Amino acid sequence: MMQKQLLLGDEAIAQGAIDAGVSGVYAYPGTPSTEITEYIEHSKEACEKGIKFQWAANEKTSLEIALGMSYAGKRAMSCMKHVGLNVAADPFMNSSITGANGGLVIVAADDPSMHSSQNEQDSRYYGKFALLPVFEPSSQQEAYDMMHYGFELSEKIKLPVLLRITTRLAHSRAGVVRKNFRSQNEIKLPENLRQYVLLPSIARKQYKDLLSKQEYLENESQNSPFNYYFEGENKKTGIIACGLAYNYYLENFENLKSPYSFLKIAQYPLPTQMLQKIYDECDSLLILEDGYPLVEEQLRGFFNNGKTIHGRLDGSIPRDGELNANIVAKALNIQHEEGESIPDFMVGRPPSFCPGCSHIDAYTALNEALEEYGHGRVMSDIGCYTLAALPPFNTINSCVDMGASITMAKGIADAGIVPAVAVIGDSTFTHSGITGLLDAANANAPITVLILDNGTTGMTGGQPSPGLGKIEEICKSVGVSSEHIRVINPLKKYHTENVKVIKEELAYMGVSVIIPRRECIQTLNKKLKEKAKEEISA
Amino acid sequence: MKKDIILAGVGGQGILSIATVIGYIAVNQNLFLKQSEVHGMSQRGGDVSSHLRISSSPIAADLIPKGKADMILSVEPLESLRYLPFLTKDGWIITNNKPFINIPNYPEIETILNTITQKQQHVLIDADRIAKESGSARSANMVMLGAASPFLGFDDDCFFNAMKAIFGRKGEDIVQKNILAFQAGKSFAIAERV
Repeated sequence: MMQKQLLLGDEAIAQGAIDAGVSGVYAYPGTPSTEITEYIEHSKEACEKGIKFQWAANEKTSLEIALGMSYAGKRAMSCMKHVGLNVAADPFMNSSITGANGGLVIVAADDPSMHSSQNEQDSRYYGKFALLPVFEPSSQQEAYDMMHYGFELSEKIKLPVLLRITTRLAHSRAGVVRKNFRSQNEIKLPENLRQYVLLPSIARKQYKDLLSKQEYLENESQNSPFNYYFEGENKKTGIIACGLAYNYYLENFENLKSPYSFLKIAQYPLPTQMLQKIYDECDSLLILEDGYPLVEEQLRGFFNNGKTIHGRLDGSIPRDGELNANIVAKALNIQHEEGESIPDFMVGRPPSFCPGCSHIDAYTALNEALEEYGHGRVMSDIGCYTLAALPPFNTINSCVDMGASITMAKGIADAGIVPAVAVIGDSTFTHSGITGLLDAANANAPITVLILDNGTTGMTGGQPSPGLGKIEEICKSVGVSSEHIRVINPLKKYHTENVKVIKEELAYMGVSVIIPRRECIQTLNKKLKEKAKEEISA
Repeated sequence: MKKDIILAGVGGQGILSIATVIGYIAVNQNLFLKQSEVHGMSQRGGDVSSHLRISSSPIAADLIPKGKADMILSVEPLESLRYLPFLTKDGWIITNNKPFINIPNYPEIETILNTITQKQQHVLIDADRIAKESGSARSANMVMLGAASPFLGFDDDCFFNAMKAIFGRKGEDIVQKNILAFQAGKSFAIAERV
């Protein structure tokens, strides 16, 4: 047997994909999914095997590249955080109609409790929405195993599969044993060269195919090694535990021995017969799922007139937030510790800008330039610079979705708040900001867009910025006039000058772009360290 | 054998390196391990924690339930108290006593230290000073690991081998500095307990 390797859930997925013969991995970074693709990026093995990988401009382009790889008959994976799947929703929903050729696994990493996200949407709904099989691992080993299984199922049934994980699995390490090494596929065109041509006449037929595959998929869930029924002595309450919830349930029992009957679910669509069995055998059910009450809602039905179903909807489990063993213990009236309380003097320690960060100087200048106009006009975006919502800056008034700064600024300007300001990072700009800037330029909206260019995707750890060195050209080409594209150096010593530039552009009644450009202090330090190391070894 | 440990600190203080060393030992001894980390926003000077669980039998949850942690090992005193609800009744707080003040409303350090010393079994250690004296100001995390080592039940050699394997690519010098810091932390903790 191979020795166990300590891997994060994310890393187990990446290693699983390598061992399952993946040929391409594509992603836009987003917590908690980033480490999957980082692992591929730094894996010698992936490099030797010639596995293609790319940090794509956004999740949509990432999934479409993967879909192309699958079209060509090779295995592909696209990884994103849950809200990234919103961006990729168009190719995702349609990929269920085109189907797959080479195995296609889409990974969505959900973030219940919003450790690092704007919402806690549950990606399993997307799987159900698209009528695709969903895997929800309960351990790092299962995550690894599911890559083999998932690619295999995808090729067998000719459909993409969705792997849904949550932050806790993504960022938790455990021992993983590698097995089953498969080689990559050769190029093999789809048997039907119109499979991916979703003209209505073709799409209608393929949608029927998709519908007809549902019974097969349910059968797969019924016989899945990841779903199983355990018959306990106590049948007063039956437990249905999905994904990680299974662990939080077992944690409450000596030697992990369950007194209750339970059904562990890690593969969807839901296995009806298994559900029927536990429903019939137990007096009531408790549904444990990390995320939304997807299973619970279906079992209760609209009128909730069957057996009693406990879960997030009846308050047995809190309606929001990540699960844990204590929450489950409470729901089952199992004795549990509450621990000592946190001392009253405890204060929060919110994240803040790194010392020397270019955003500090950019925001200091922007705040001063905005003094004469008053508050409430700065639409911002998603990245480190969102921290300017907090003291001492208190600069920004929005953070909604990738790219929304520019378009919302256009909206508030249309409503009459002039000048309107947008603040967006370089990577967020190329992710989803360019089309919004085109809208603004076409309408000659009186907005001032600050593209904070630190040359990297900083928040997620410094992945390459897809638009590096191209920002001015992009702005020009969507119609921003050259004289209103101003590059400034966000350093204290240029503060007065920078305030002046921002004021000039705020006064301009058209689209201006100001680019405060200075490298991210984290990536700069990393480079300096590497350079020093090279000099020592040289 | 079963140890549930909360590692605590502020982004950049190296608590994940502590976890990596213990994790390496656990895997080499064929123990079960789960170690949950905090990534993302919290790394920008925010609070960081990790749940580290080691056991000779399978472990269910990635998170330690409340009131079940044997130890809180913290590289910062205020942070050691943030996770108090997780600590078991007779559990240990092993913490650096040097505050890391990057917030304007940091509580009185005396209040923090008094709470630790009056309420809990504890080892308070000036890890910053000991790290500096042992030759590497950046090794406060390894001083803390050394201080915690008598409670973990692994031989010193296990720790040294783990450090060699993990820090080896950074050079022999770094490995030695970390080992010295570890030893200084351990000596202090043993003297403190007597």
